[in-house]
Amino acid sequence: MKNQPPKSPRNIRSNPVTSPIKPGFIGNTGLGLALVATAVAFSGCKPANLVSAVDTGGAAEAVYVPPGQYDEFYNIVSGGFSGNVSVYGLPSGRLFRQIPVFSQFPECGWGYSEETRPMLNTSHGQLPWDDTHHITLSMTKGEHDGRYAFINSNNTPRVARISLKTFRTEEIIEIPNSAGNHSSPFITENTEYIVAGTRFGVPRSDEGSNPDVPIDSYKENFKSTISFIKMEPDTGRLSIAFQIELPGIDLDLARAGKGKSHGWFFFSCYNSELAHTLLEVNAAQKDKDLITAVNWKKCEEYIAAGKGRKSKTRYAHNVWDEHTHSGTSTIETEVTVLNPLELKDIVYFMPCPKSPHGCDTDPTGNYIVGSGKLAAVLPVFSFDKIQAAIAGQKFDGDFQGIPVLKYEEVLHGEVQKPGLGPLHTEFDDKGFAYTSMFVSSEIVKWNVETLQVVDRIPTYYSVGHLCVPGGPTAKPHGKYVIAYNKITKDRYLPTGPELTQSAQLIDISGEKMKMLLDFPTVGEPHYAEAIPASLVSPNSVKFFPIEENKHPHVTKSEKDARVVREGKTVRVYMTAMRSHFAPDLIEGVQLGDEVYFHVTNLEQDWDVPHGFVIKGSQNAELLIMPGETQTLKWTADRVGVVPFYCTDFCSALHQEMQGYLRVSPEGSATPLKYGVGDTITTAPAAAAATPAAAAATPAPALAPATPAPAPATPAPAPATPTPGPGTPAPTPATPALAAPEAN
Amino acid sequence: MKTLRTTTHLALTVAAIFILTQCGDRTQSSRGGDGKSGDPQPTAGQSAVKDDQSQKDVVKVAVGSPDHSTLVKAVQIAEYVDVLSNAGPFTVFAPTNAAFDKLPAGTLETLTKPENKAQLRDILEYHVAVASYKPEMLRDGMSLGMANGGSIEIANKDGKIIVNGNATVVATVPASNGIFHVIDGVLLPPGK
Repeated sequence: MKNQPPKSPRNIRSNPVTSPIKPGFIGNTGLGLALVATAVAFSGCKPANLVSAVDTGGAAEAVYVPPGQYDEFYNIVSGGFSGNVSVYGLPSGRLFRQIPVFSQFPECGWGYSEETRPMLNTSHGQLPWDDTHHITLSMTKGEHDGRYAFINSNNTPRVARISLKTFRTEEIIEIPNSAGNHSSPFITENTEYIVAGTRFGVPRSDEGSNPDVPIDSYKENFKSTISFIKMEPDTGRLSIAFQIELPGIDLDLARAGKGKSHGWFFFSCYNSELAHTLLEVNAAQKDKDLITAVNWKKCEEYIAAGKGRKSKTRYAHNVWDEHTHSGTSTIETEVTVLNPLELKDIVYFMPCPKSPHGCDTDPTGNYIVGSGKLAAVLPVFSFDKIQAAIAGQKFDGDFQGIPVLKYEEVLHGEVQKPGLGPLHTEFDDKGFAYTSMFVSSEIVKWNVETLQVVDRIPTYYSVGHLCVPGGPTAKPHGKYVIAYNKITKDRYLPTGPELTQSAQLIDISGEKMKMLLDFPTVGEPHYAEAIPASLVSPNSVKFFPIEENKHPHVTKSEKDARVVREGKTVRVYMTAMRSHFAPDLIEGVQLGDEVYFHVTNLEQDWDVPHGFVIKGSQNAELLIMPGETQTLKWTADRVGVVPFYCTDFCSALHQEMQGYLRVSPEGSATPLKYGVGDTITTAPAAAAATPAAAAATPAPALAPATPAPAPATPAPAPATPTPGPGTPAPTPATPALAAPEAN
Repeated sequence: MKTLRTTTHLALTVAAIFILTQCGDRTQSSRGGDGKSGDPQPTAGQSAVKDDQSQKDVVKVAVGSPDHSTLVKAVQIAEYVDVLSNAGPFTVFAPTNAAFDKLPAGTLETLTKPENKAQLRDILEYHVAVASYKPEMLRDGMSLGMANGGSIEIANKDGKIIVNGNATVVATVPASNGIFHVIDGVLLPPGK
């Protein structure tokens, strides 16, 4: 009954059936069901304009990027439950890359290699998979600067910073006193702060425990927090500057003020009922929930004046070093908390109809749009009026001791009946807003000043987030809106119960929105931003200079390639260069040895990674970028000869890039022997393993080469005291890469 | 609570309505574009997804009920079919044909005129809540926010659920995207 999407114009022309059904047909017809049904059945439901549906009306040309040419925009797209991020080109919709962030990713060994594992460390240990939500791109003066992307992990609260030079995750900071880090990672206009608001209220104490309290004591014992994460402008390094403690409302989404409202931050929330069970019903009782307006400049003043309260906690702070090609994980132990019940001018609530979800500020910074997902109107608040209402004390009582501003005093106006299930709003450069409507499956375009709906376009199906290039900034690039849909069903060839989620590219350059393209996404496209390629691509790193490689186990030339025994640990200092490994012949490894392959890719050429894998690898493979060192840990679990090879097709003789490792019985007299071609070295017998040596030598996974790690140091050691705002994050105290095992 | 009867006698009619429903949405699917030739507005909305294996959504439940042909027709005219085919969750208070018959003469005819589509849509939205309320969750004295922005009042006396004092829930059918409560009166938004 449903028309299959036409596969080609030829298919359409071969179908002679045209339909008598015209728009308005049903509305003008009575209940002559049998007749209608007969007519419809025979017509096959073909719409009258089916042929025009393949006459693309210029859509094909609009999205066509000829082979070898570039897209105009990068589209940095959240992978949702996949825990990672994907990078597309627009307008083509081509997928370029997946960037692993919070989930192990076999394609490049993220979270498997010894160097990357600390990046997934948390106060709960190393976590292999989390749930990402929102992308934010760094800004300077309210405009995209092309430096970083940020994304949150929702389940075990964290915020990550991704370099747009390397398209790699460089830093992950855990958020304490939070659960369900949904209201994150939105940023201020100069990327001074990245925020993280908790979706779940949680019981907390200043002693660092998660108190054991009855769940039905929610209203008394559960609190929500908003964390302000400071970014050092030069290095990008993150630190938690302060947390604001709030009643146990469920913080949902947020946007910073900009322009005139710079210095303020706005957070939507639901569950102002403070319900703790069956929120589907119990958090939908009130006609209005709340938007939380935070004066963060004022918060900074209080922090500087020492008004914050020190609170003990534990959270991991993981940093990637581009020179050691390694991550380190440090456990931090303290945050500074601000209490709005004492500091009465840092937080105000604004009533907002029915479970507001999106909370978006327009490019001027004067308007804040609250999208009550169960509301029949879309309220637009005025920053000027908010300021006037605060100055004039126009309060409608308080909520849990925090003043609530009068709705009508802060309201610019309401968009009446915009659609059903409004979720998110983005803006163009012409004064229009675009709001996604989940329930009515459409994007609605409206005028921010006049609040009139001017156009609407259906999406396929159930749009969630949407993205206008530069849409959340002070200077939107306009041109497109992209719908990221939650439901796919029949949009593509079916692939069983699990379907890719669809994105749709819509042209907004004209008066009417126009659908151009439909493309599949990875995981769930839970928000995205798009940025002109010209702001990003010139900075893209092509390789890592080998002379700058400070990995503790780097091998900078083939002549330095070697195998070293340290008790039961064997370290293979290996190089990879088209088209062989050095060494590619290794003997003298014994059953039960832990072998670390520290593989350095000596290439200094763009797009020539090498891979490494050895048979029986219990962990993963390596993928090593030019100039980089990565480590695979492997245990010799049986006697015999084991092959290894390059997994990334590097050259015409990629297939020849292979080698052997011989495993002898424990205590065997086989000497340590290694090399490549005619250059074979046999290590002195004294270096061979003895049980005594094995017991005496500590074998940290990948400690810095100098000085030798002291075995007495517990790992991970608590960090030096948490820095105050504005000071750099502490130097990691933990031996590199030892943290995950220790947790 | 009894559940709806579906008779084989009505199967053909039901199928016919179903087809009609799907085709009807094509008018809606084109509303975002200018509808002119050359405008690449693609295919129909979610109600047209071909899937006769999954559990029925609230629209398909309505279409499958011989007692709801008037409601189905109204939902089509109001271009509300795709909305109710969405992921939801929805609670639909679904007046029977007899309930519509109780309206003053001419009311339905007036509401179904094209120029009154917004009003019809408002009334239908007043029958839909975006949440899945099982009968046991509908407690006495409860007020439910409805999709049109209004609210309805629930009375629950020993399991007998009455909405706004004049419509009794006479049957309940679970659906894939929510729940379908059959009521014996039409709910009219206050002041309409």
